[in-house]
Amino acid sequence: MTSGKQKITWAVIAVLVLLYALFPVASILSTSFKSPSDLTSGKFLPSSGAGTLDNYKQILVGDAQGLFLSALRNSIGIALIATFIAVVLATLCAYAIARLDFPGKKVVLTTALAVSIFPVISIVTPLFNLWRNIGLYDTWPGLIIPYLSLTLPISIWTLAAFFRQIPWELEQAAQVDGATTWQAFRKAIVPLAAPGVFTTAIIAFFIAWNDFVYGISLTSTETARTVPAALAFFTGASQFEAPTGAISAAAIIVTIPVVLLVLLFQRQIVSGLTQGAVKG
Amino acid sequence: MSTTSTKESKSVAPTTRQRRRANLSDRAKSERRLGWYLAGPAFIVMLAVTLYPILQAFWDSLFSLRLTAPDDTTFIWFANYITVLSDPIWWRDLGVTLIITVVTVIIELILGFALALVMDKAIKSLRGLLRTAILVPYGIITVVSAYAWFYAFDINSGYINHWFDWIPGISPDLNWFAEFWPSLSVIMASEIWKTTPFISLLLLAGLAQVPSELTEAAQVDGATWWERMRKVIVPNMKAAIMVAVLFRTLDAFRIFDNVFIMTNGAHGTEVLSLLAYRTSISRLEIGLGSAISVLLFVCVLIICFVAIKLFKVDLAGTQGDK
Amino acid sequence: MAAITLNNIVKKYGDGFPAVNDVSIDIADGEFVILVGPSGCGKSTILRMIVGLEDITSGELLIDGERSNDKAPRDRNLAMVFQNYALYPHLTVFENIAFPLRLAKGKHKEEDVQKLVTEAATMLELTDHLQRKPANLSGGQRQRVAMGRAIVRQADAFLFDEPLSNLDAKLRGQMRSEISQMQRRLATTSVYVTHDQTEAMTLGDRVAVLKKGELQQIASPRELYEQPVNLFVAGFIGSPSMNFLPASLEGNTLKTTLGNIEISPEKAAKGKDLPVLLVGVRPEFFEDASLVEEHKLQYGSTFTAELTHTEWLGNEQYGYINFDPAPEVREMLNSLARDMDADELRPQVVVTLDAASKIRGGRPADLWLDTRRLHLFDPKTGENLTLDAAEGARLTEEANAERAEEIESARQEA
Repeated sequence: MTSGKQKITWAVIAVLVLLYALFPVASILSTSFKSPSDLTSGKFLPSSGAGTLDNYKQILVGDAQGLFLSALRNSIGIALIATFIAVVLATLCAYAIARLDFPGKKVVLTTALAVSIFPVISIVTPLFNLWRNIGLYDTWPGLIIPYLSLTLPISIWTLAAFFRQIPWELEQAAQVDGATTWQAFRKAIVPLAAPGVFTTAIIAFFIAWNDFVYGISLTSTETARTVPAALAFFTGASQFEAPTGAISAAAIIVTIPVVLLVLLFQRQIVSGLTQGAVKG
Repeated sequence: MSTTSTKESKSVAPTTRQRRRANLSDRAKSERRLGWYLAGPAFIVMLAVTLYPILQAFWDSLFSLRLTAPDDTTFIWFANYITVLSDPIWWRDLGVTLIITVVTVIIELILGFALALVMDKAIKSLRGLLRTAILVPYGIITVVSAYAWFYAFDINSGYINHWFDWIPGISPDLNWFAEFWPSLSVIMASEIWKTTPFISLLLLAGLAQVPSELTEAAQVDGATWWERMRKVIVPNMKAAIMVAVLFRTLDAFRIFDNVFIMTNGAHGTEVLSLLAYRTSISRLEIGLGSAISVLLFVCVLIICFVAIKLFKVDLAGTQGDK
Repeated sequence: MAAITLNNIVKKYGDGFPAVNDVSIDIADGEFVILVGPSGCGKSTILRMIVGLEDITSGELLIDGERSNDKAPRDRNLAMVFQNYALYPHLTVFENIAFPLRLAKGKHKEEDVQKLVTEAATMLELTDHLQRKPANLSGGQRQRVAMGRAIVRQADAFLFDEPLSNLDAKLRGQMRSEISQMQRRLATTSVYVTHDQTEAMTLGDRVAVLKKGELQQIASPRELYEQPVNLFVAGFIGSPSMNFLPASLEGNTLKTTLGNIEISPEKAAKGKDLPVLLVGVRPEFFEDASLVEEHKLQYGSTFTAELTHTEWLGNEQYGYINFDPAPEVREMLNSLARDMDADELRPQVVVTLDAASKIRGGRPADLWLDTRRLHLFDPKTGENLTLDAAEGARLTEEANAERAEEIESARQEA
């Protein structure tokens, strides 16, 4: 089917797309291996061949260690917890929306939509004030709670779309086959719903992982500051040295989980983002 | 949609009607109850994290309230709004925000459509690779993207000036982040790079919904590629395009991370979100900051209203909602 | 095994519209009952009420004499075959069939499960596919897996919801006979929903014809065909449909657009009070007059008509005669067509002719009509004026006897 000419065309297109998608990542990757003197070389690659690992040393075991590692711990912990809570709540909610008949279904969906387009910054000001008053400022829960405003709506929409495509007839079939409501759910539906829930979790995690506004507004110290926020507060080894290398190295480290998830689950993520089908 | 779900919706529709009125059986009643038990927590959490704060913001915005002088709080009606709206900075920032929104959304739509077409038409062996590649910008942290673009263009650590010094106007001495347009361009480039994949995936889903019979029929009727695109494909995925545009518009309107990292609002590149942040969080002027927050929220509402009323974007419909 | 009784079953939706209205059906133990009707007639709703997937608004459902209105589906011990098969995509064919057994925890030992599933699979010729996933099966195989799941339960009754509608015509015929044989062999009470009248006529011991949620008639296929209670049943059962001719009665003569038709005085007596009648004539009641045997001619009436065209089908021919009905009759016919889910009924008479007939379109031809079997309908109420209830009962009686015999012989074979 594909002629030689088409193959070349596709190869060119593929290279262009790859270049588009990966060049900025490659750029910061390369920067992360540059020594301070190398930074101003005006070249893409570090000049000393393989480059230096000093930047990574600095943030992992060096003097920026405290700043970065605590931020990494906060980021992972807070994003995972926010994702977990959002997915659990959204699963219950989406199940009800896709499956049950109750008044106010539309209200719930519309609310989710409204929340997802809400300007984050509009929420930050009152929360900033409130958190300071009730002691949630600069704590994990102080970030996890507002993160739900980011992760919950999209989880509800994605899961509701997933769940709508499940052949619910199966649940009825199982009930007729002698299953209790709970058995019908667990044996016929959970195996079909699990991939959707998992995909939703990945998308929710990306969103929580990406947050910056809450991170810089609602934290002040290493107890709760996340990586994106910490990056903005990095300082160089000395006052006169820009923290370029260290920031780049840190940026690469927090990009690794993203790339891994994308590599492993690209199909699921795409179908989740486009409300794709659960194939039977 | 599969046959199953179509059938499902048929059998569910009359049931819905039935349940709305009297004569509810026990099962219908318990289903209602269960529905709210399951959806309730998520619903309450969503309201708690948005509706409550915005109402609080509105309340705070009616006061002259500074955290630097908390005892000095007085109720001043809408004076904060007058202050904000009569300040040229608000209007300048609104202008910058709108420029960024319009330019990025237009470019993303074109670029995203091209990417969607590529992914749609790609031969099987390439499809996975392309999708994986395209998801990297989607998943990457915006702040990381901002730094990547910033360092590439920065006068000290950048290499772009050296690479492109053959283009008139670009030289090793060009400081991209010292002027309005150059810095805004890099900000927009980072924003576009990071969010185009999302728009292209939405468009890909729209493309997939155009039945192939339609394009085949057009092909038989003698339509060229361009004509098929313009007269068959685009009109049939209009709903998907509108939704993608609306979502991205609202998202672009909230732009914050890229600006904060690259210029922090210098050289007139401040956007509304940044203005709100600086007012409330940096200067601790909660009253004034709340007023800006509420105004920003109103802007989003206006965009939504315009989109839904004027362009008839059916947000719920695309999600298969009844 | 169980008898199922529906007493005055009503299903109302919120707008007050009854999707099922006052339906009473007695299904005997081991009987195969078909629910048939155009879409929206409530047949699936009835099935789903029996199995417990839909609430019953009022009325009573008895399974084996026990009121079951409020029982959960799993407590009814019924098996259902769904239109879209409802196979569990994540389970193998074996596990799909074993699913009901696995749910009844502790009741079945592993060997029993193996044995029952293997038995069912052998019966349905699925043995080679037991380890495959449903997605890799053909439509017919999926259908058989769905049936396997029903069989393995040893349920009190089988419920079928248009189980063949997703199959192509050829496979449908094959599966139809498989279902029929299986039912005879197992003698399990079965309720089968379809809109396909071939399935209705061939499978059922009795067929319940429904229209807009109301039961029109429940009887053996023969009785429905020969003694329909009203215009709707008469028109719905049979293909090509029964012809309806407007006529007026003068003495024993029906004046129709096709010509005058002599009928028996008994029949004429039943229609004499009405100014306009609809005469119901099945296509095969007609014949080429020149081909009718001498001794049969006396049972019918001969008239001359011009056919527009004929279609030769090999074993027989269809001939078509157009007529121009009065506007009110035309309106009547159209509303009847709407009820039957068909397009507008053309004012056209279809006649079946012997394959050897030389009659062709465009020329006047002599046609003979068997007047013994025609029916007269009241155009206003749709009621069959010439219904012979006794004859109908006899036909159903006959069918029951035949069936008892069949079951007996099927059991002896097994």
